[in-house]
Amino acid sequence: MISVVIGQVRRLADAAEGGRAGVEDVLLWAVLPYVAIAVFVLGHYWRYRYDKFGWTTRSSQLHENRLLRIGSPLFHFGVLIVLLGHVGGLLVPNAWTEAAGISEHAYHVAAVTLGTAAGLCTLTGLAILIYRRRTVGPVFSATTRNDKLMYAVLTLVVVLGLAATVAANLAGGGYDYRETVSPWFRSVFLLRPDPDLMADVPILFRLHALSAMLLLGIWPFTRLVHMLTAPIGYLTRPYIVYRSRDARLGARAPRRGWERIP
Amino acid sequence: MRVMAQMAMVMNLDKCIGCHTCSVTCKQTWTNRSGTEYVWFNNVETRPGEGYPRRYEDQERWRGGWRLDRRGRLTLRSGGRLRKLLTIFANPRLPSLADYYEPWTYDYAALTDAPLQEHAPVARPRSLVSGEPMKISWSANWDDDLGGSPGLEERDVVLRQVSEKVRLEFEKTFMFYLPRICEHCLNPSCAASCPSGAIYKRTEDGIVLVDQDRCRGWRMCITGCPYKKVYFNHRTGKAEKCTFCFPRVEVGLPTVCAETCVGRLRYIGLMLYDADKVLRAASAPKETDLYEAQLEVFLDPHDPAVVAAAERAGIPPDWIEAARRSPVHALISTYRLALPLHPEYRTLPMVWYIPPLSPVVDAVRDTGEDAEDSGNLFAAIEALRIPVDYLARLFTAGDPAPVDAVLRRLAAMRSYMRDINLGREPDERIPAEVGMTGEQMREMFRLLALAKYDERYVIPPAHAEQAHRLDELATECSLDRDGGPGMGGWGPFGETSGGAAPVAVENFHMLRQRQTADRPAGPSETRGRVNLLNWDGRGRPPGLFPPRRDGAGPGGTASRAGSGAAETEHRS
Ligand code: SF4
Ligand code: SF4
Repeated sequence: MISVVIGQVRRLADAAEGGRAGVEDVLLWAVLPYVAIAVFVLGHYWRYRYDKFGWTTRSSQLHENRLLRIGSPLFHFGVLIVLLGHVGGLLVPNAWTEAAGISEHAYHVAAVTLGTAAGLCTLTGLAILIYRRRTVGPVFSATTRNDKLMYAVLTLVVVLGLAATVAANLAGGGYDYRETVSPWFRSVFLLRPDPDLMADVPILFRLHALSAMLLLGIWPFTRLVHMLTAPIGYLTRPYIVYRSRDARLGARAPRRGWERIP
Repeated sequence: MRVMAQMAMVMNLDKCIGCHTCSVTCKQTWTNRSGTEYVWFNNVETRPGEGYPRRYEDQERWRGGWRLDRRGRLTLRSGGRLRKLLTIFANPRLPSLADYYEPWTYDYAALTDAPLQEHAPVARPRSLVSGEPMKISWSANWDDDLGGSPGLEERDVVLRQVSEKVRLEFEKTFMFYLPRICEHCLNPSCAASCPSGAIYKRTEDGIVLVDQDRCRGWRMCITGCPYKKVYFNHRTGKAEKCTFCFPRVEVGLPTVCAETCVGRLRYIGLMLYDADKVLRAASAPKETDLYEAQLEVFLDPHDPAVVAAAERAGIPPDWIEAARRSPVHALISTYRLALPLHPEYRTLPMVWYIPPLSPVVDAVRDTGEDAEDSGNLFAAIEALRIPVDYLARLFTAGDPAPVDAVLRRLAAMRSYMRDINLGREPDERIPAEVGMTGEQMREMFRLLALAKYDERYVIPPAHAEQAHRLDELATECSLDRDGGPGMGGWGPFGETSGGAAPVAVENFHMLRQRQTADRPAGPSETRGRVNLLNWDGRGRPPGLFPPRRDGAGPGGTASRAGSGAAETEHRS
């Protein structure tokens, strides 16, 4: 294990010297991702362990429904499609889609159209939700500083992502992130991070990736945690849940030495 | 046969005087925290009336409870699982705060801070939600005692369902009070609607609870419950509901609402039922059959076969014994006096009601006839379709026959017992007319009119071997979490993030904090406003009194020493 890490560090150091990536590139594209992922995973574990009670959507629908009814589904469904798009775009290599008979061009057109549409939905939804949060009195007073930070970072990520797509494809001549960003993304998960790949990526894409890492870092400490407990199990569980009093009487586990003898 | 035990309640509506003591004591016990200002686990409605939240019985609009689909299978009225998940981002059937009411406090500071002026200063109402000045226009019992007021026939959902003639005449006829808590249903649609499975029914006593650690605030339960007895705590973002005071019931005490009921009209006891029959009963094809169907789900605790099955199911002997002595079982199954509230919602509710005879008695008395005479009363029950139809809409999905029968039994008891009280020879024909013996009638009278505390509440405690874990005993020195998470205040991730504390402990802390702190609880604290509901007379909430001129005036310091401290000592 340790030798692997040392090997990696040496490889990255070499890259920093010899390759096109500088030291800060190595930090940003080979170290930071792991920090973000570690905070994301451990943060969720910690939150689940110590703050189950705070694990909620903290819905404000009770206070205001008219704007929420439009904004919230727009944002959530938009962001779900965007998420799926990212999974497809980042995890599936070119070769696979080509093997499936989808030409590079067709893929690109489909991805950009769908992505832009979903991104616009997300952004519109988010704008409505933020407007609502700011203007509806009760909702605003139920907004914590934590929420404000989360909204700022979330908006940043969405805006940068959409801007990168629009700038590269509609304004510019098109940019094939599947040649650079995607392999880099996969390299992170294959534990062979390759910062070189990110060296020449347009600045908007790089900023988008960086802000996304920031979002991952604060994620477990915001209300966004509700995503990880999306109630998919509802589709299969029996309607009525029966639970025995024995299991958790008094809402707390018994103190050590006081466990019930069966 | 799968025997299960259910803690259940019966309320005798004839005795309710609409004093709201139950609501207030319940609120002081469970929902006096900020975020739950509008939450009334127990509320008392004037009927005819809108109820709380407004028009909650209008299931066309709120889609609560169950219905039968085209193939006769039981489905949630608000839609299946997939539909629930698809509408999770904005629940289309969620009542807004306006359907409850916007909680408020008053600008008390204005009373003391105002400069000398010609007119007396007034304390203006301020919203406890937004902190803005507001106009009070509605509350949990705004239409209290307005039973026959004009315009009501449009707003009372039940009244709209009864016939035209009744609707036109109801103003002249009657009014009664309907106290409501969660029904702790056998087939709870709130639990079925909860996407995260946080609402559960306890296997031991059937109490339906929300697991605060698993609730994620998806809000589907609020739509799911046709009685609108799940509320959303808007500060913690979690659902909360009546707990049947489980920490008290576990140690054999009645719920707070029952304990403090001025009319002594609540009965608490066990019902044994066959869990295998629940689904079939809830799917009875005709709505008017649901009352009978639910009766068939209940088991007779005197039947040796039932006792044997109960023992096999692990129900302890003292619980079976308690089920035999249960006043609830007597009122529901033996005397058939109690009826379920809105059985047509198909949740098989377990808080039942003895319908009021008083509208009939009053009507007879108004005519100048003898209102204690069984003949007169029987005739009046026949003639007075109005209260009977209305009651039938509430308790039997519109079938007047069971309501009729109950009222006749009550009327018969009334005149039979009058003879006895006046020292006359009791007329045995009266009980015979309603299919009872004089002996039974006297027993029934005893239970309805005289029952003492231990006859009204037959609550077997949970078992001693688990006692150290019972919430109310708190022998685990729960105070080790003083000031810890879950004790109120904003945590880093929003209101009261951190582990949930047992409710009793949380309440104890809250009360102590309030008694010893110089500031009131709630969002008002930052704005210098006092929620008088939460203020218990101790401490000096800012803005309530004029500033003290010298350092050590009366009030603050003295009361702080005297109040919570002594009590704290022996518990920590
Ligand atoms: S009455 Fe109580 S148990 Fe029944 S559905 Fe409503 S909240 Fe659930
Ligand atoms: S305390 Fe009893 S009498 Fe008073 S309103 Fe409540 S149920 Fe009715």
